[in-house]
Amino acid sequence: MSLLELDDVKVHFPVKKGLIFDRTVGHVYAVDGVSLSVEEGQTYGLVGESGCGKTTLGRSVLRLVDITDGSVNFDGTDLAKLPAEEMRTFRRRLQMVFQDPLGSLNPRQNIESILSEGMAAHGIGGTREERREKIRDILAKVGLPANALARYPHEFSGGQRQRIGIARALVLEPDVIICDEPVSALDVSIQAQVINLLEELQESLGLTYLVIAHDLAVVRHISDVIGVMYLGSLVEEAPSDALYAEPRHPYTKALMSAVPVPDPEVEDRRERILLTGDLPSPANPPAGCRFHTRCPWAQDTLCATERPALKDVGGGHKVACHFAAEIAAGTVERTAASVVPATREEMADRVVETPAE
Amino acid sequence: MPLLSVDELSITFTGRGRRDVRAVDGVSFDVDQGQVVGLVGESGCGKSVTSLALMGLLPKKGVKLGGRAEYDGKDLLTLSSNAMRDMRGKHLAMIFQDPLSSLNPVIPVGLQVTEILERHRGMKGAAARKEAADLLDRVGIPDPTRRLKEYPHQLSGGMRQRALIAMAVACAPRMLIADEPTTALDVTIQAQILELLKELVDQQGTALLMITHDLGVVAGLCDQVNVLYAGKAVESAGRRELFAQPTHPYAHGLLGSIPRLDAPRGEPLRPIRGSINDRIDWADGCAFAPRCDHYTLECLSGTPQLTEPVGAGHGVRCVNPVLTGVEVKTLGVPAEQAVDAAAATAPAEPAEPKIPAQAGPEADGKAETDEGDAAPEAEPEAEKKKDAS
Ligand SMILES: Nc1ncnc2c1ncn2[C@@H]1O[C@H](COP(=O)(O)OP(=O)(O)O)[C@@H](O)[C@H]1O
Ligand SMILES: Nc1ncnc2c1ncn2[C@@H]1O[C@H](COP(=O)(O)OP(=O)(O)O)[C@@H](O)[C@H]1O
Ligand code: SF4
Ligand code: SF4
Ligand SMILES: [Mg+2]
Ligand SMILES: [Mg+2]
Repeated sequence: MSLLELDDVKVHFPVKKGLIFDRTVGHVYAVDGVSLSVEEGQTYGLVGESGCGKTTLGRSVLRLVDITDGSVNFDGTDLAKLPAEEMRTFRRRLQMVFQDPLGSLNPRQNIESILSEGMAAHGIGGTREERREKIRDILAKVGLPANALARYPHEFSGGQRQRIGIARALVLEPDVIICDEPVSALDVSIQAQVINLLEELQESLGLTYLVIAHDLAVVRHISDVIGVMYLGSLVEEAPSDALYAEPRHPYTKALMSAVPVPDPEVEDRRERILLTGDLPSPANPPAGCRFHTRCPWAQDTLCATERPALKDVGGGHKVACHFAAEIAAGTVERTAASVVPATREEMADRVVETPAE
Repeated sequence: MPLLSVDELSITFTGRGRRDVRAVDGVSFDVDQGQVVGLVGESGCGKSVTSLALMGLLPKKGVKLGGRAEYDGKDLLTLSSNAMRDMRGKHLAMIFQDPLSSLNPVIPVGLQVTEILERHRGMKGAAARKEAADLLDRVGIPDPTRRLKEYPHQLSGGMRQRALIAMAVACAPRMLIADEPTTALDVTIQAQILELLKELVDQQGTALLMITHDLGVVAGLCDQVNVLYAGKAVESAGRRELFAQPTHPYAHGLLGSIPRLDAPRGEPLRPIRGSINDRIDWADGCAFAPRCDHYTLECLSGTPQLTEPVGAGHGVRCVNPVLTGVEVKTLGVPAEQAVDAAAATAPAEPAEPKIPAQAGPEADGKAETDEGDAAPEAEPEAEKKKDAS
């Protein structure tokens, strides 16, 4: 059994209206039936565009949002149904690292106080001196100098603050760390430092990660398995290399084709699938396949009426698309969306084409 | 003759009781018609203030400008405010990272576009409204007549950025400056906006100065690239030359530290150590020296000059560049710990005072934080920042 198993998790936020009577007029279907498993010692990467429900899903695991339905099994216990007091002990074992290191650190607390707070709350580390010893050890592990203890968050650069955020999680000796956009606020040269640090820590401490990010290249680099989310549900899941080698879901294909690669040779040959329009509102998701309003392969049957389930297509590769097999075989044609020629030269005499190959 | 020729541009912030900050320190580049020139570098390297200086949007007080920025024979840096206002719109237009703060929140989008058409192109009433709808249509906003009546907050991020581009191109400017125009957008929307910009360049011959921290965007879009570090261009080259042979240790390091979508899982990243705060003054030597693997004693004797060690037109500001196949003379790497410790003792760059907002909607876009620059999206809810424990 996997260390962390989500089964059909739903998080629906009520939309209220009215000044006196809080009438619920609808729901934001932020997470709408997600099942996934995170293996011990591995990294599961959750990718998708903003608003697709990644953060909400991560928070639901820690019960920082109410789970509307479904189960979150951690080490054999369903957290979704756990009474609040019992959840406390699990909180220590499941930690979170946030996008904005400064926003998540109290500016008036020094680093020692920030790090020892959680330890005290969870009864870790015994005496003050023992705690300090432990904190020193963790600071060294995350690459911060010992003299950081008495300093305040604003005295550190962005990358160092993210190291503090990681240290704060580590002092509690967690099993799982949920990293929500851990590097997206950082400059590229610093991103790489933090990514490498996360990987080293995983190696030396046997940590299990759920990494949430909108940057597909980062997720691909760090994850063993990747889940692609669209409007509250998983549309595809596969081992990192397999997903890159052969994205099967139309949304994944479009997403991947949109990621610029820092290499002109690649850029000039990269075929882009441009999606039209915007993400629909999760308060009013389209019926049927949630992607059908923008899907370049959408068909007249099924797509608009029936919601596809996530199905295994072999090799641990799962896809939620009625026509995944036909698209892979090339027997279903692209119906809309412009394919953009790769080069600037081609651009000049560009025609928006509907390929009929 | 290039449309815009920037020569040794320098920008210094002066202030009573504060040390002068030389944000831009002798940057030179040209932009031709129909050409895309990139300014790339990490937050704080001087990209935004460069664009604001070119647009005449920096405050007069507390800012010292040096060098020249010749546009069509006129030096943009010395033009009067009135003359500069005339330049904006017909000649120069700018797109900011955050469209919401560049649009007036209480005026419908359509009115903001028609206003520009009335002011700059002398169009009136129904004609201006029709042209506005055509513009929105051209930048890919569906149902433009309805959208014209909507307020900025009613549009999605991508639609807002399109509206902003529509406003920028309303007067068919010959030159467009785009400061991180897609940084706040999702990648599929970014792809749409980049296509739109390409079309403008290819079909209208617009000159585009593209400012970004994203080397992927640069690789696909820019003809000519300038890599900035601490206010100076450290490498300038055609995009193919730059990516084929990144020669300045910083540019080389940047490319080594980016996870690439097409790299196999597990391929290690080679980060640059330390942070932008670990720098020395250019006057004393190479500002990148404390982070540089190629550092030699020579690096500390004055500002390295731009040379062309790997070919004409490929400028590199480094005394010991990365030359493949050539023995590298290094002093040995300065201990990583030393750099880290230095970084922790030196107080991190104080939160910088932002340029006071200027008149006009265009001035508002740069109210971003240093790190926000690299952040794809400032997510709204505050609770997510709370500790989980
Ligand atoms: N507390 C909340 N109340 C209502 N809606 C919310 C709340 N938190 C998130 N949402 C909505 O749920 C959707 C998913 O948000 P989020 O999980 O933050 O997405 P992501 O992290 O993928 O960007 C969004 O439409 C967001 O506005
Ligand atoms: N009003 C100001 N006063 C003092 N320093 C400033 C001001 N505005 C910007 N700076 C400094 O100028 C440098 C360049 O800033 P900016 O152009 O915004 O960087 P970038 O856009 O490349 O991230 C930064 O180091 C910043 O601290
Ligand atoms: S089910 Fe239909 S609309 Fe959905 S992804 Fe597949 S082809 Fe596209
Ligand atoms: S080798 Fe010297 S001059 Fe070149 S980047 Fe490194 S420190 Fe600067
Ligand atoms: Mg999020
Ligand atoms: Mg900027």
